Amino acid sequence: MKIIILGAGQVGRTAAYHLSREEANDVTVIDSNEDCLRDLQDRLDIRTVTGNAASPRVLEAAGIGNTDILVALTNSDEVNMLACQVAWTLYRTPKKIARVRSSDFTGRERLFGEGGVAVDVWISPEQLVTEYVARLIRYPGALQVLDFADGRVRLVGIRARQGGPLVGEALRTLREHIPNIDTRVAAIYRAGKSIKPEGATVIADGDEIFFLAARKDIRAVMREMRREEAPVRRVVIAGGGNIGLRLASELEGKNQVKLIERDNKRARRIAEKLSSTTVLHGDAADEELLLEENIDSADVFAALTNSEEANILSAMLAKRLGAHKVMALINKPSYAELIESGSIDIAISPQTVTIGSLLAHVRHGDVVRVHSLRRGAAEALEVVVHGEADNSRVIGRRIEEIALPEGTTLGAVVRGDEVMIAHHDVTVQPDDHLILFLTDRRHLEAVEKLFQGSASFL
Amino acid sequence: MKDILLPVAHVFALVIMVFSGTMLAPLVLSIWGLDRALSAFVLSALITFLIGALLWLATRRFKRELKTRDGLMLVALTWVALPAVAGLPLWGSLPINFTDAYFEAASGLTTTGGTVLSGLDFLPRSVNLWRHLLSWIGGMGIIVLAVAILPLLGVGGMQIYRAEMPGPMKDSKLTPRIGQTAKLLWAVYGGLTLACIVCLRFAGMDWFDAVCAGFSALSLGGFSNYDANIGHFNSVPIELVLMGFEILAALNFATHFLAWSQRGPRAYLRDSEAKAILAVLFVSCIGIAGFLVFKGTYADFGTALRYASFNVISIATTSGLHNQDYALWPTFAPMWMIFLSCIVASSGSTGGGIKMIRTLILSKQANRELNQLVHPNLVRPLKVGGLVIANRVVFAVLAFVFLYFMSVATLIFVQLASGLDFLTALSAIVACINNAGPGLGLVGPGGNYGVLNDFQTWVCAAAMLLGRLEVFTLLVLFTPTLWRK
Repeated sequence: MKIIILGAGQVGRTAAYHLSREEANDVTVIDSNEDCLRDLQDRLDIRTVTGNAASPRVLEAAGIGNTDILVALTNSDEVNMLACQVAWTLYRTPKKIARVRSSDFTGRERLFGEGGVAVDVWISPEQLVTEYVARLIRYPGALQVLDFADGRVRLVGIRARQGGPLVGEALRTLREHIPNIDTRVAAIYRAGKSIKPEGATVIADGDEIFFLAARKDIRAVMREMRREEAPVRRVVIAGGGNIGLRLASELEGKNQVKLIERDNKRARRIAEKLSSTTVLHGDAADEELLLEENIDSADVFAALTNSEEANILSAMLAKRLGAHKVMALINKPSYAELIESGSIDIAISPQTVTIGSLLAHVRHGDVVRVHSLRRGAAEALEVVVHGEADNSRVIGRRIEEIALPEGTTLGAVVRGDEVMIAHHDVTVQPDDHLILFLTDRRHLEAVEKLFQGSASFL
Repeated sequence: MKDILLPVAHVFALVIMVFSGTMLAPLVLSIWGLDRALSAFVLSALITFLIGALLWLATRRFKRELKTRDGLMLVALTWVALPAVAGLPLWGSLPINFTDAYFEAASGLTTTGGTVLSGLDFLPRSVNLWRHLLSWIGGMGIIVLAVAILPLLGVGGMQIYRAEMPGPMKDSKLTPRIGQTAKLLWAVYGGLTLACIVCLRFAGMDWFDAVCAGFSALSLGGFSNYDANIGHFNSVPIELVLMGFEILAALNFATHFLAWSQRGPRAYLRDSEAKAILAVLFVSCIGIAGFLVFKGTYADFGTALRYASFNVISIATTSGLHNQDYALWPTFAPMWMIFLSCIVASSGSTGGGIKMIRTLILSKQANRELNQLVHPNLVRPLKVGGLVIANRVVFAVLAFVFLYFMSVATLIFVQLASGLDFLTALSAIVACINNAGPGLGLVGPGGNYGVLNDFQTWVCAAAMLLGRLEVFTLLVLFTPTLWRK
């Protein structure tokens, strides 16, 4: 597929990386910063074009004429929207995805509808990250909580800890522990390596476990893996940027929220927008301030400023001062790896959160949702199966009969509103949503092929 | 050092194995004609393949993704080592020593076209095909070929592509994927070669000569099947065809691709290098022809124009084919031709030398400095063909030209010290570093490089490799930082 990415910022780079490593994609990146592009081209097999992203001349130089997908990820909502409009009006580009941050735009449905701005899909990284953090706060103990089938099924990443009934036991005993609840362990990582989850696999302390379950069952399954943590009540947010503000307004009804913002004016503006949140003006790495605000009784401390170094430091400080759980927003994947083994509980990578929703639109037809996991090494997919029993390798077959590539687990089947955990005897029907987990994304092509109805039979 | 060299050697082994496959073409011809080079080709192909296979197996443990420095090293290593194996068939089948075989193979691969052999007319056909095939493969680049057909090079492909492609600005790709770009370049190159071969056939050559001359013209090599070179045919149509395709080969192949995909000549009009090249060639041909008539070398302007244009275009584009012993012309003419060989060929072409784009950039830079003297506060970006050239590129070009001239000067002094006369030393080094081919004096079109002693031959071979890899890639091997961890 021919793809043009506008903007070589954090998200643009990550998108270019993920898209270009799929053999079938031809990726061109446009940005106005030449140095940035040269650096990118040294590391990825892509083409780069320097210039204004919304300019027809620049788009032409990047070969917009036969491009399948335009992904506008520059810093400016306006440039992104205009670029999509230009691509549609002048070149009829079939699919246009734009990053639109401002809820002022995204809040008006008609703006991107019929006759509006020619944006097929808009994504707002800030919104996605906010939702992601909110889910983590809702499920204390989880490392990752990812939605499938509109939230009916969730994939949860969790670290097993001594004290969970299942730790030290074989996986098959899970059914005896919680007989009424259906779940499926999709992957287990021990010391960074994937091990195949089988009935006889014994869960050890420190294992990173990914399981799929219906939304209502998640807590019960989590209780098996580690001692249940009390629900979060007190949250301290550092940084009143887009993400911090959104998160505060989402949480303030249910939790006791404090928000620390360094800029006086910004703090004032935030305070005007929020109702019950305590907005504080000050430095999140200021020990005095944190102590004064009883950081030691905070359930969650989330450092969400623009500067990842500041996030790491203030999160570490908060942890040392007694915050129960600390999270930090971190852009560089290498940092994330570095600190999750240290004193920071959860590293939130905005790119990984965003890239999944982008990948879903780029993938072949029937993939409706993609979550990138473990810094892009693994992937969770939601695929809709289309077709008839006689031209598909999946439909009409029982799950045990489907030849899945190595390292791939079929976790759940969603049929209408019904969520079925994928046991070997479930038969796949047309329009089912299947949730798959790939521990090695190199097998992605094989998986995609499996779900493409073989057109040659028709 | 082991960690740096062995992963490179692993990829290099693959290149060697691919290269051994190209020996099959002359091998088949040799079987068909049952000539005396058959055993040499069989042995060489086997030895080359075995070297590659053994090296590949031995370095398997060190396989990893190539980095920038690996790319540089791979290209330099390939170009230094490949002539050794490419020379094996020549060494085995002809009465020459290893030095001469290496020179001949390097001359082919770097598309220089200077030869140490005489009696070309009586060489086995398979040997002649091999010489021309080397030129043709070297023209677009053995590494570019490897990038096109070996998908495993991945991102590293871009690094090595840049190390081999001539020109100062190498970041522009025809397509997003480097493998695809390399394939397209080879397709354009192959297509033009095929067209040239067919034209030559209709201009009066037999198929074998047409194939060889086609390889020679498009790669801007300069080898020929005859001692008298193209003069052997004494045919105006053949000369016209060759001139046309030499000019095409001296232009940027990316421009050819663009023109082809747009189905029109617009791309050429936008290519400021192409325009400059055509203008310089046109003025030089007419000027030299007039000069030769004026000096009385040729009686009428028509004959003078025929010989002047063929030889000027051939030498200026660094092809080195010739139909007259132009060394006998008054000194101004051959010296001017050799000077042109330094600057005429385009970036992204198969030609050698400094390249026209660098000449344009430097002349504009000189102009800018002059203007700056008059208007100290002048703000004027450097533009070539309407595009602003970054200062970074200008500096790189300056450094390149400095290294280029220092290399020329150093090597000339080495040759002088070894006992060569001035004209031979100068013209041999300039012709070799520009990959043009014949020089003047002892190594002129009437003679050949066979008269040099072993040491002088090695120096010339080094000059050819320096020129083909545009100095930087080869010299970088001698920078200590490359070898440090």
